[in-house]
Amino acid sequence: MENLNLILPEIFISLSIMFLLILGVFKNDSSKITFNLSLFAILITTIITFNETFSVTRETLFNESVVIDSMSSLMKIITLIGGFLVLVISSTYLKTFKIYNIEYPVLILSSILGMMVMISSNDLIVFYMGLELQSLALYVLATYNRDQLNSSEAGLKYFVLSALSSGLLLYGCSLVYGFSGSTNFDIISNQLNTEEYVLTFGIVFILVGLAFKISAVPFHMWAPDVYEGSPTTVTLFFTIVPKVAALTVFIRFLYVPFLNLIDQWQMIIVFLSIASMVFGAVAAIGQTNIKRLIAYSSIGHIGYTLAGLATVSNEGIQSSIIYISIYVVMNLALFSCLLMLRRKDQYYENIDDLSGLSKNHPLLSLCLLLILFSLAGIPPLAGFFAKFYVFKAVLEQSMYFLAIVGLLSTVVAAFYYLRIIKIMYFDQQKDKYDTDHSLWLKFSLTVSTILILLYFIFPSQLIEVVSRINII
Amino acid sequence: MNFPILSSLILLPIIGALFLFFTKDKEGNNLTAKYVALFTTIVNFLISIYLWISFDQSTSSFQFVEDRVWIEGFINYKVGVDGISILFIILTTFITPICIISVNNSVKNRLRDFLIAILIMESFMIGVFCALDLVVFYLFFEAGLIPMFLIIGIWGGERRVYSAFKFFLYTLLGSVLMLVAIISIYWITGTTDVVQLYEIGIDVKYQNLLWLAFFSSFAVKTPMWPVHTWLPDAHVEAPTAGSVLLAAILLKMAGYGFIRFSLGLFPVASEVFTPLIYTLSVIAIIFTSLIALMQEDMKKLIAYSSVAHMGFVTLGIFTLQQQGIEGSIIQMISHGLVSAALFLTVGVVYDRMHSRLISTYGGLVSVIPKYSILFMLFALASLGLPGTSGFIGEFLILMGAFKDNFLVAVIASIGVILGAAYMLWLYKRVVFGKLLNEDLKKILDLNRSEYFILSCLAAPILFFGFYPDPLINTIEVSVTDLINMHNTNIASK
Repeated sequence: MENLNLILPEIFISLSIMFLLILGVFKNDSSKITFNLSLFAILITTIITFNETFSVTRETLFNESVVIDSMSSLMKIITLIGGFLVLVISSTYLKTFKIYNIEYPVLILSSILGMMVMISSNDLIVFYMGLELQSLALYVLATYNRDQLNSSEAGLKYFVLSALSSGLLLYGCSLVYGFSGSTNFDIISNQLNTEEYVLTFGIVFILVGLAFKISAVPFHMWAPDVYEGSPTTVTLFFTIVPKVAALTVFIRFLYVPFLNLIDQWQMIIVFLSIASMVFGAVAAIGQTNIKRLIAYSSIGHIGYTLAGLATVSNEGIQSSIIYISIYVVMNLALFSCLLMLRRKDQYYENIDDLSGLSKNHPLLSLCLLLILFSLAGIPPLAGFFAKFYVFKAVLEQSMYFLAIVGLLSTVVAAFYYLRIIKIMYFDQQKDKYDTDHSLWLKFSLTVSTILILLYFIFPSQLIEVVSRINII
Repeated sequence: MNFPILSSLILLPIIGALFLFFTKDKEGNNLTAKYVALFTTIVNFLISIYLWISFDQSTSSFQFVEDRVWIEGFINYKVGVDGISILFIILTTFITPICIISVNNSVKNRLRDFLIAILIMESFMIGVFCALDLVVFYLFFEAGLIPMFLIIGIWGGERRVYSAFKFFLYTLLGSVLMLVAIISIYWITGTTDVVQLYEIGIDVKYQNLLWLAFFSSFAVKTPMWPVHTWLPDAHVEAPTAGSVLLAAILLKMAGYGFIRFSLGLFPVASEVFTPLIYTLSVIAIIFTSLIALMQEDMKKLIAYSSVAHMGFVTLGIFTLQQQGIEGSIIQMISHGLVSAALFLTVGVVYDRMHSRLISTYGGLVSVIPKYSILFMLFALASLGLPGTSGFIGEFLILMGAFKDNFLVAVIASIGVILGAAYMLWLYKRVVFGKLLNEDLKKILDLNRSEYFILSCLAAPILFFGFYPDPLINTIEVSVTDLINMHNTNIASK
């Protein structure tokens, strides 16, 4: 008999989804209660997952197709907390656009469920199932503001391109299955020692599909359009939560089934990393829309996380995970600021709208200043440490070229972050924005900014948590 | 463990800044904020004087060391001072209150925010001078970019945006390679603790590349020719207090870095690259002096003179002679005082006339005599007249240079003459001559606070000019040991 306790979080969250759907059908005006209940559900799931982290080292279930270890627990917690905060700060935005419906929390819950399955997967089929579950929910979320042309366009684009990448992924999976005779990661890992060049195709297809999901260059084309068109809160969700899940899967693929084929994939990852860092930095310079800019900046940040993965060492994996955790906090803070740019039921999302913000809203702009310097990687803010750990791992493997290109692209990236700061601090002021933000929005901005600012005092804690993750 | 005096030096300005942050920002003359900032920095200055008094001059080992685990098994928060760094700390704590007194006229809006930026800047700069761990050093070194960027960008002149960006990106570009080098050092030797690294030493085969990486950062910050172009822009556009901080302290970080890290960690590479430094320094001395001669903007002229003076400093450091290095340190301290004073004197007339062009002025001596006398003193100190601190530094540097390389020393001496030429010509055009501009007749002489701060700067310039012993005694043992260590390292490899 399998120990179902281990997948209690997944079971609980799927039951909640079903319950909420039924509730939505039978109760009128149920949006508020669904929101609150789904928040509650995420909270409970987080607590269950949290307990699990302390009791489990590495367990497998269902013929080793699902794995529970310290990495999966940590990534699930990040996913859940990210999802919780996204949901909690969305309500004002959704109400403004009159799309405060029950579907929103349910879709977010289902995509989170999909991600949790992905994170725990140790089998090609389980992985693919989770991936599709989260993708389908995300397609709908992208078009969630369906009265707006942009949003529908974003959803359609995302659907078509993402379906294409899923196709590639599936093709890659089938090739790998064909050569190894199994869908289980551990078995594949043992079978794939041969130097079959067709197998390289399989690996490349899988990597392309995954690169697509985390929007690494050159498979990033969908990201700016989708990020710009989707409702802002959904964009926030896109920029943080699916990336965490996709990164975990990336780590699993590279370091469990493909570990023996390092020569085949290491160059690909280095290339993806360098291309993303450089392109993300250069392409963001000309942007005028903040959401588009964030899209390019997140492409750049994905480049840095991939740099950690390219190292083939536990330090590299750990540094990538630290990077993505800090990135989640920074993006959350950045979007909280963005959601505060509201004047009479209208949200502003152009960089010019920030003009002279420091004179009308000194505290908000101070937070934004810290967040942007942190994203640019200037010490002593958290963003610096994120980059520092990654480059420490990269240099341990003597990959000097990767490190130097990466650090030089931070200088280029610093330019566009500085440009926003310049507009906030050096330019003429405009009208005031509303200040009656919801308590949760203020809370998430304050907490995440304080985390960014004061991370340097206690840097060891995060490292300690992550250091338990030893994949290789 | 003793009282953590260095950490309190670093933290006190930040606490002051926090306090200011929670006070109400009043428009106009915000006296409360100013007094709070002034009080904080003066207390800090007194602590640093106490530090100097209780400092043991007879040893070169680091004193007041604090060593705490910061990132488990990787980085320790380690600070400490020796004879080389203590003077820079005192320079920092001395210049900052002067900056704060001087903001009266130059900063019109958002005074409270400006003071916060200056206080935070002070913390970071003290941190740079007492950090004994490469990562901690890098952290402070880079963090200083944020407040300085804002000081130039928010309170600067017309082309402030361009200058702020140039300042930020130039220095960031320089330092990222240093970060690569620091992490590489960690992987090569297993530590980033400077004291341990002095003992272990770094394998010769890595030294050249690592030296170049550190050099790229320090050269931009010094600034050395040809990467000096950010400095005139930043100086011209920054408000007076910002220029003072920039010239007096920020530029010294790089000189200090050369002594502490380039010489200390990479002795072999330092020998290898001495010709490079000599060439760049000599070019900086001659070339930027010539450029300074052609300037029509007073602040720009002083900015170029800073580049030339820093050329002397780098030259002196890499003579690897006792006199040369001591001269460089004294020259840096002296330049800190003199350039601060010169920027303040320019600030005084700029606040009244709103013009930095030399052609606006002329014949000031007949309307504002007190100003003219002090200006003369600072101009003479800048060109290195005997009896001022500028002379001691330049003289020692040239002495060291003559011992090491005759040709370089001769060319550098020509720089001294050029230095005299542009300073005296500047002084002549601004202060002497006929009073042609009618507006100048109504100009007011120094008010009390200006008189006070300029005298505060004049006193040490003259004192150390006649009696440099306190400075030399403080640094002597540390420099001797540095050179001994260097020579043993060279001999053994």
